[in-house]
Amino acid sequence: MTRAQHDYDDIPGTFVFDAERSREGYHLNMFCMSLMKAENRKAFKENEAKYLDRFPLTPEQREAILKRQYNRMLELGGNIYFTAKLGATDGHSFQHMAAVMTNSTQEDYAKMMLGGGRSVEGNRSKSGKSSKPSKSGKKRG
Amino acid sequence: MARIIAGVTSSHVPAIGAAIDLGKTEEPYWKRVFSGFEKSKEWMANAKPDVAIVVYNDHASAFSVEMVPTFALGCAAEFPPADEGWGPRPVPVVKGHPRLASHIAQSVILDEFDLTIVNKMEVDHGLTVPMNLLFGSPKEWPCPVIPLAVNVVLYPPPTGHRCFMLGKAIRKAVESYPEDLRVVIVGTGGMSHQISGPRAGLINSKFDKAFLDNLTKDPKKLIRMPHLEYMREAGAEGIEMVMWLIMRGALDDKVDEVYRFYTVPASNTAVGHIILENRLRGAGKDRRWSFGKAKTKSAAAERKREGKR
Repeated sequence: MTRAQHDYDDIPGTFVFDAERSREGYHLNMFCMSLMKAENRKAFKENEAKYLDRFPLTPEQREAILKRQYNRMLELGGNIYFTAKLGATDGHSFQHMAAVMTNSTQEDYAKMMLGGGRSVEGNRSKSGKSSKPSKSGKKRG
Repeated sequence: MARIIAGVTSSHVPAIGAAIDLGKTEEPYWKRVFSGFEKSKEWMANAKPDVAIVVYNDHASAFSVEMVPTFALGCAAEFPPADEGWGPRPVPVVKGHPRLASHIAQSVILDEFDLTIVNKMEVDHGLTVPMNLLFGSPKEWPCPVIPLAVNVVLYPPPTGHRCFMLGKAIRKAVESYPEDLRVVIVGTGGMSHQISGPRAGLINSKFDKAFLDNLTKDPKKLIRMPHLEYMREAGAEGIEMVMWLIMRGALDDKVDEVYRFYTVPASNTAVGHIILENRLRGAGKDRRWSFGKAKTKSAAAERKREGKR
């Protein structure tokens, strides 16, 4: 079944963690949650594939986890606050993960943030229909 | 009667907590952020609230995806800091105010806000970082805290309007509590940021500044803003600013903005911090927590009004 379409799918570079992704990603997120415990982190590091057998993941989710494809995890129902626990287990800072997700180096990503972050200009809309700033509160009501 | 004297917004960026815990607050990068909260600590020390209601969100600490309450009110006697994977933050246990909290729960549920009542909960950086920013790093927190955890992780979060109306219901609940308590309400999180996906790192200062302006002067402009607009303009995680509308709903329509601080970045996020005071009628002594130009001006205006009576 294909994913239902939503207005927010028009936002570029964004995987909104909605009800559908939450349902699909439940076990992926619960795997990440399990890494809050030191003994689980140890077991995972000793044999990642074997540890993942504890969770009924889809083959795509398993692959994304093993290859640390953070965007793919989000697409398959992972939530960033959960997948961040996987990054932390690997000993990475959050900026490392952000660099991976934005296809950048950590240094360049950090520089971009210091320079005021990623501009919203050109990053509002895939379709281009909402490329201009909307006026707060004047859309409705 | 208990009453809400002021509302505050505060960032809850986890890296701020780490900077405090690892003693990095004097580094130039972090000093820029922390210096913006020096005045706030002073304000809070003068305000001496009896209770703080802290609206925040949990980040996969107390609530995993097993349970996702939209609004969860902490009614416990205490809330230990959560272990977020590096051991619990070295901050004091947060003491609750179970009597006022359960009174609020009872009142707002009858006002049709179906809160989840939580009698056992750990609190993560979403709550403890704002505590540090507003109260510093004391051995014990100076006042009890009622945590109100809002789901802003699993889409959709409650609407801005719902949050604003909940704020109003909380205010009504507080004002029907018999004991004389001075309550501060804190909305945490924000401002623009996106930490997930290829668009991570998004910051929109223009949006943030307009949001802060409207928060003070014209919150009704904000309460019907669709979620899409938050996510598009302020980043996927910028949507957590709906929590600020709970704070704002709990205040008077007209408030005095006595302090504002905005900086970019703290880690991946724009930091916005504002202090809004309710205008109190003829309560000279109660004004002792106030400071700043705006307050002086309005205090003078009030004296003038009183003189005319």
